[in-house]
Amino acid sequence: MTAIPLGTPRRLLEFTLDGEPVRAPEGSTILDACRSAGKDVPTLCQGDTLTPKNACRLCVVEVEGARTLAPACSRGAEEGMRVRTDTERVRHSRRIVLELLASSVDLSTTPGVAGWIEEYGAEPDRYGPDAARVEEEPRIDNTLYVRDYAKCVLCYKCVDACGDQWQNTFAISVSGRGFDARIAVEHDAPLTDSACVYCGNCIEVCPTGALSFRSEFDMREAGTWDESAQTATTTVCAYCGVGCNLTLHVQDNEIVKVTSPHDNPVTHGNLCIKGRFGYQHVQNRD
Amino acid sequence: MDLHFGDSKPTDEERAAVDALLGPPESSWEGADRSDADLRWARGGREARARRDLLLPGLHAVNDRVGWISEGALGYLCRRLTVPPAEAYGVATFYAMFSLKPRPATVLHVCTDLACMAAGAQQLCEGVESRLGPGSGVTVQRGPCLGLCERAPAALAVRAGDPVRTAVAAPATVERAVLTASAPGSAAEEPPAERALPQAGDPSLILLGRVGVADPADLDDYRAHGGYTALRRAFALGPAGVIREVTDAGLVGRGGAAFPTGRKWRATASAPDTPHYLVCNADESEPGTFKDRVVMEGDPYALVEAMTVAAYAVGAHRGYLYLRGEYPRALRRMEHAIGQARARGLLGDDVLGQGYAFDIEIRRGAGAYICGEETALFNSIEGHRGEPRSKPPFPVEKGLFGRPTAENNVETLVNVLPVLTMGAEAYAAIGTPGSTGPKLYCVSGSVERPGVYELPFGATLGELLELAGVREGLRAVLLGGAAGGFVRPDELDVPLTFEGTREAGTTLGSGVVMAFDDSVPLPRLLLRIAAFFRDESCGQCVPCRVGTVRQEEALHRIAERTGAAAGDDIALLREVGRAMRDASICGLGQTAWNAVESAIDRLGAYE
Ligand code: SF4
Ligand code: SF4
Ligand code: SF4
Ligand code: FES
Ligand code: FES
Repeated sequence: MTAIPLGTPRRLLEFTLDGEPVRAPEGSTILDACRSAGKDVPTLCQGDTLTPKNACRLCVVEVEGARTLAPACSRGAEEGMRVRTDTERVRHSRRIVLELLASSVDLSTTPGVAGWIEEYGAEPDRYGPDAARVEEEPRIDNTLYVRDYAKCVLCYKCVDACGDQWQNTFAISVSGRGFDARIAVEHDAPLTDSACVYCGNCIEVCPTGALSFRSEFDMREAGTWDESAQTATTTVCAYCGVGCNLTLHVQDNEIVKVTSPHDNPVTHGNLCIKGRFGYQHVQNRD
Repeated sequence: MDLHFGDSKPTDEERAAVDALLGPPESSWEGADRSDADLRWARGGREARARRDLLLPGLHAVNDRVGWISEGALGYLCRRLTVPPAEAYGVATFYAMFSLKPRPATVLHVCTDLACMAAGAQQLCEGVESRLGPGSGVTVQRGPCLGLCERAPAALAVRAGDPVRTAVAAPATVERAVLTASAPGSAAEEPPAERALPQAGDPSLILLGRVGVADPADLDDYRAHGGYTALRRAFALGPAGVIREVTDAGLVGRGGAAFPTGRKWRATASAPDTPHYLVCNADESEPGTFKDRVVMEGDPYALVEAMTVAAYAVGAHRGYLYLRGEYPRALRRMEHAIGQARARGLLGDDVLGQGYAFDIEIRRGAGAYICGEETALFNSIEGHRGEPRSKPPFPVEKGLFGRPTAENNVETLVNVLPVLTMGAEAYAAIGTPGSTGPKLYCVSGSVERPGVYELPFGATLGELLELAGVREGLRAVLLGGAAGGFVRPDELDVPLTFEGTREAGTTLGSGVVMAFDDSVPLPRLLLRIAAFFRDESCGQCVPCRVGTVRQEEALHRIAERTGAAAGDDIALLREVGRAMRDASICGLGQTAWNAVESAIDRLGAYE
């Protein structure tokens, strides 16, 4: 995604969405088309700056003639396609996916999910108290950020952001398989022994709070994290001349974390360690 | 990339294992001693990364020599291949045959899957484990089907070293399994491949006719028995002619999806992007399947020839044979056959003097059922985790290395030989109009003569079981393997065709027929199937990663219950099963509930 339109205008495809004819530029996904038609499709692993891995299967829709449901976030729109976004079949799959996720990982810091659980009538408790859960202790092995994989939905976004889609550091990857699959550095070592350069781009894209700033993690533990009391101010990074945009999240006159606008045409939300974590000098008032 | 390799060092042995595969390192960038020249150039970039597909062979090399993969060994391999260590770790931990923790040099894989379970795998495991406890120098690993179901129960010993030694005990007693594990070097040779063919010697056999008749190690004997006539005919017809024959013959894929082979080949052949690839899927890991093993062990040149024909048709100059890691003898036979064919000009730059270049590379799987899924198989060859890709794009456009690829399994490919030697019309006359040609079945479980059977499409399940000598007290037949479904003993008249099984509400799948008498409790079979899918899920998508766990949990809860007491959990199974079928990325998750559902609906498992 880029804010500066580049290239020649694209051909328009015509297809139907819930019975209504719609047009979308060639190359759009079904999700793009849904969003421009004002339809609400829940998504978790889709990210606006990454190629989706279509792993969560929350966004599934029914494409007429297809044996299985299709992930709206990554299935390209095709001429003449008939798509239904709100059938019983679609709602059933979304409900079960939400139940499976909520019964296996901690979604308490995942924005939006509580609303979907209610909307789709998901009942994660019905799998019983003995349902297997991802049991992981938060990994606090450096001063900058915390990895709490009990909250991870394995959306692969952090791996893609650290790897070939943005950062090209390849510090983390998925290891193991099945229910035991986890995000890890090699040999599951502490982050400090890995190739991580602490750009924090993985935190930027994590949809669940499994990766978070140490400051945010500590404040949540202490019960002092209060998003409603925070302001967000976007400014330019003062370290070098590239001109990355920083959004400073401030609570009680302290910077509590730094994000970056995803629609910035140059950085798409990516920063380096200085922009992301080097804010102490701003609030050093002695 | 600015890769970070840490400071762990390989041992001399680990280094030697990697260097034996890749050659000695050329510079300090690759792990050699630093020389003056190293100060003035940096290595890496596209050329180095293009060797990423040697990651899996590299992991095998270390695991084979040392028995497990240490940090130092992994780091060295990554340095040699310019692969980020985190990714290589992700790949290594994906496969069941690799260990990233120290373990004894010998691993005894004991099958606990369906046919072996019915033949007493439980007692075998317990016996073996009590004899080979800690300190025995053997790791006992319970695992899925070893593809030796006709000789259940089965065990496979692998002793690391140079060379690695393997030996099979099947049918295994505790004694034999323990002996095999303690001295794999001196274990008795396995019975010849044709012992798995109860019909061996029957002149009507088309696909299996050479097994046990021609010497699998002798190319001349293969030629004396009709070998390489199909390839000659292919050259006479030209690629388009071959595709026409295969299309007219009505050949469809035998791996389970039943896709028309001619259509797949035509699409690949006409894809504008180059190069094209041919991939032979010899990763048969469906519990209860062993036909590809028997073909590769008993008639390896047939597969070499068939791959050559297929590659010629689709315009590929390189073929990959992705062979199950648990098939050491098939690997040896195929390696030998490919080497001989190459030495005799039947592979290489100028096949049969026709100016057509083609060669085959073997890649060994490392214990992951999911790698039988075609796109997962491509990822595995490329040195990535064996996770399926989402389709579209389809392999005929973007397959192996992102290029147009025709992927076929072993049985499909060997069918191409009779298509060409008999001609499309004669081939299509075999079987039924909707399912043409001969078909292989793997029959195991409660039968007198388990093994691979070849019958024309259209024979009934009952006729097949009759041939195999079904035992008294038949309770259920699992058709199509773990991804297939159960049928009742009163449904044996279902015709074994794609259309016939579909009509009967079941599936032919890959041709697995497992018979179970009433000595094996059904809930235990279902639990084993559920555990299989839970173990083999790649973990990529939520419906399958969590759904297979929830399915197994529900089956545990109702294992001892019936009727209303099981009702809630059966309803839950149905709901989860439906979402797995609808929303999973690949066939594994989509079929993980088939067998259980059929057991509930057709067999009344919990009534
Ligand atoms: S902070 Fe940057 S380098 Fe470190 S794991 Fe995250 S994305 Fe990779
Ligand atoms: S840590 Fe976050 S970004 Fe990474 S896979 Fe888990 S949920 Fe996704
Ligand atoms: S269905 Fe299962 S095996 Fe297939 S991609 Fe999803 S998690 Fe992996
Ligand atoms: S948002 Fe589409 S599959 Fe996750
Ligand atoms: S070898 Fe045991 S079930 Fe196949």
